[in-house]
Amino acid sequence: MNQFLTETLPGLFNYWIVIGLMMIGFYTVIAHDNLVKKLIGLTVFQSAVFILYISMGFIHGSTAPIIIDGDPVYAHPLPQVLILTAIVVGVSTTALGLALIVRINEAYGSIEEDDVLAADMATSEGEEAREEARSEQAEAAEGHAATGADDGAEAHESRPA
Amino acid sequence: MREHTVLRIVSQLVIAPMLLYALYVQFHGEYSPGGGFQAGVILATAIILYGLIFGVEAAREAVPPTLLRVGAAGGLLIYGGTGVATILLGGNFLDYDRLFDHGGQHYGLIIIELGVGITVASVMIAIFYVFAGRGRQDDPDSDEDHGSADDYDADDVS
Amino acid sequence: MITAFFNQMPVLVVVVPLLAAPLCVLAHRAFAAWLIYCLASWLAFAMAFLLFVEAKIAGEVSYAVGNWAPPFGIELVIDTYSALVLLLVTGVAAVTGPYARKSIASEIAIEREYLVFALMLLCLAGLIGITVTGDAFNLFVFLEISSLSSYALIAMGPKRRALLSSFQYLIMGTVGGTFLLIGIGLIFMMTGTLNMADLADRLPEVYATRTVQAGLAFIVVGLSLKAALMPAHIWLPNAYTYAPSAISAFIAATATKVAVYALFRFVFTVFGVGYAFGTLPLGIVLLALAAVSMIAGSLASIFQTDVKRLLAWSSVAQMGYIVAGFALATPAGVSAGLVHLLNHGLIKGALFMAVGAMVWRVRASSINDLAGLGRAMPLTSAAFVIGGLSLIGVPATAGFISKWALMSALFDAQHYGVMALLLVASLLSIIYVGRVIEALYFRPLPDDVSHHKHGEAPLGMQVATWTLIAVNIVIGVHATPELEAAARAAASLVGGAP
Repeated sequence: MNQFLTETLPGLFNYWIVIGLMMIGFYTVIAHDNLVKKLIGLTVFQSAVFILYISMGFIHGSTAPIIIDGDPVYAHPLPQVLILTAIVVGVSTTALGLALIVRINEAYGSIEEDDVLAADMATSEGEEAREEARSEQAEAAEGHAATGADDGAEAHESRPA
Repeated sequence: MREHTVLRIVSQLVIAPMLLYALYVQFHGEYSPGGGFQAGVILATAIILYGLIFGVEAAREAVPPTLLRVGAAGGLLIYGGTGVATILLGGNFLDYDRLFDHGGQHYGLIIIELGVGITVASVMIAIFYVFAGRGRQDDPDSDEDHGSADDYDADDVS
Repeated sequence: MITAFFNQMPVLVVVVPLLAAPLCVLAHRAFAAWLIYCLASWLAFAMAFLLFVEAKIAGEVSYAVGNWAPPFGIELVIDTYSALVLLLVTGVAAVTGPYARKSIASEIAIEREYLVFALMLLCLAGLIGITVTGDAFNLFVFLEISSLSSYALIAMGPKRRALLSSFQYLIMGTVGGTFLLIGIGLIFMMTGTLNMADLADRLPEVYATRTVQAGLAFIVVGLSLKAALMPAHIWLPNAYTYAPSAISAFIAATATKVAVYALFRFVFTVFGVGYAFGTLPLGIVLLALAAVSMIAGSLASIFQTDVKRLLAWSSVAQMGYIVAGFALATPAGVSAGLVHLLNHGLIKGALFMAVGAMVWRVRASSINDLAGLGRAMPLTSAAFVIGGLSLIGVPATAGFISKWALMSALFDAQHYGVMALLLVASLLSIIYVGRVIEALYFRPLPDDVSHHKHGEAPLGMQVATWTLIAVNIVIGVHATPELEAAARAAASLVGGAP
């Protein structure tokens, strides 16, 4: 326990931050109805991963990976380059997500997922009821048992009600 | 915004150095921290600041959307075209040494970073136009324009 | 010059569609953009075929981007496994070209059409990139390129529901992509390399660490999200239903398949069969999820009123079949899974195209709207029937070949329970395909509708649909080349005689 407090906890503090941010972001994505908040959560979630990458390439007391005189200890440049790419992907995702939210707001007048789903549900219930009626109509038109007119049963045979 | 004298004067002072700084970051990128992506964003910030202070219409006049469309596509073409040029010169894709007898890695990097910078700046400004112009005028084209343009910068920096 | 072209093909197959996309944007005209799309996708298909032949002869084609020797630079690697998936992706993209012209024109405003083709090219470039790359991080970037463009493509669907479907796909897809990124980061942390072959060499030393175990878990979960495996399938039905028809066909036939490809590329090539399936119980987990996918997907499919949604749910079920094959981790199982991956891509592409042609005509996609089309659109309906039979797995179609291979692989591995579930799911598929066929042929054409003005679907749509149907039949009649190639791929992935 003592060792945990003095070494593990502070020694891996970057991972604690990463895990904390990741869970905050993920929770926001799952728990919030507001689409913008969902997107914010997603961005936090992605940022956590950026920190994970950057911190793993860092050496204590190192400089930035730039060529200077002498023989300095420098941080691993590869994770930084990778994360630059991942940040670009993240920015693109955020921009696309915001654009979609703008369009959703224009189409539905709301950016609450519940409202949007409710609006869709209302239309789809109407649609489904209509489709069901059409299906029944189509079956009826085929002259199966539903009409009871000519299903091959003799007059005296009992038919389930 | 026209009545905010302080904002207007300060931004007038700031925008030109911002553009210069973008160019510095762009062309010094292979020696020092920087490069096309950062430079493109700084350049776009200058234009976005202009748009915020003087209105989107003024910004649209300075940097027309058509230019952005050409820029977003052209930057990617510069990047890819460099790669194709190295293939035509007998090397592998993006083998900069084939481009010049001497210092090919440097010049090749500068060229593709230029492509990245142009694309990123165009896309960033395009995103600003789309969001800022939304609701004021009905411009059905713009939304997807930026949706597609986004993807360019994703592959550029890779 | 010719040899130079051959040497450069691994990168050109990605670069051609990637550079064709900005050309589409510059062209700005719908027709010019369409032409560029067709040329680029056909060229990519031709190159994919040549690469397939090359990979067959050489076993593996390797290419160093920027002439940086692997493992330091980005390496492109094409073996039989990737060449087969590459053929599927470029092939479907190539036939989508002729199909898309009329279909897109009827669903999307003309001034946006060039963007659709630019996005399709970007999506294609991303999907091709996933299959050819030998670098783990590069795979993530290509995956995100293809995903981002498919979110935008789905959002272009004609109904407003396309927007929320696309947003949900964006959220889930990004979470999946980020999980993949975490997983790659964790294994990079332990090995210091991103090259897949190099990772495979170095990982055994650190197999026992929890970091690598977590890395595998993150990668599997992330890619399962992209592949729409059962608990993570929520985005798929809506996305396929509300996307424009041509896009549904293209994405349904390629995107999830490529995600499965990437998943098993990581599991088999990078982590190794012994680790993932021996030390860790990945096989049983995937098999269980696959079994649930099969049954639940098929059951859900039966109760749909919309044909596109019905096909989308059936895709969830079919992903279960594919993963079940791979999850056996035996040469026969992997080969069967791969064959079904290819065949299902062809079947679903053909079915979505046939339905898209009907949607083009009646402007609606519920089963009742298709009533009587068997007489009004005999060719398209016949294509749907053949595609549907192939989906069920009737002999002399591609579906039979892969289901037979799956059944025998499951039998050999003594997974009789999964085998029984697979049979049940196939029986269920008779019901849902039957419902559509019943509407097409055994119901009268409603007389009040105004769609009599359209005749059969336009020539381009017919040609594209029937090309895929023809490939289905050819594979069904003469499957030996495909089975042999799949067996070679399986042998290179999990060992054993080809």
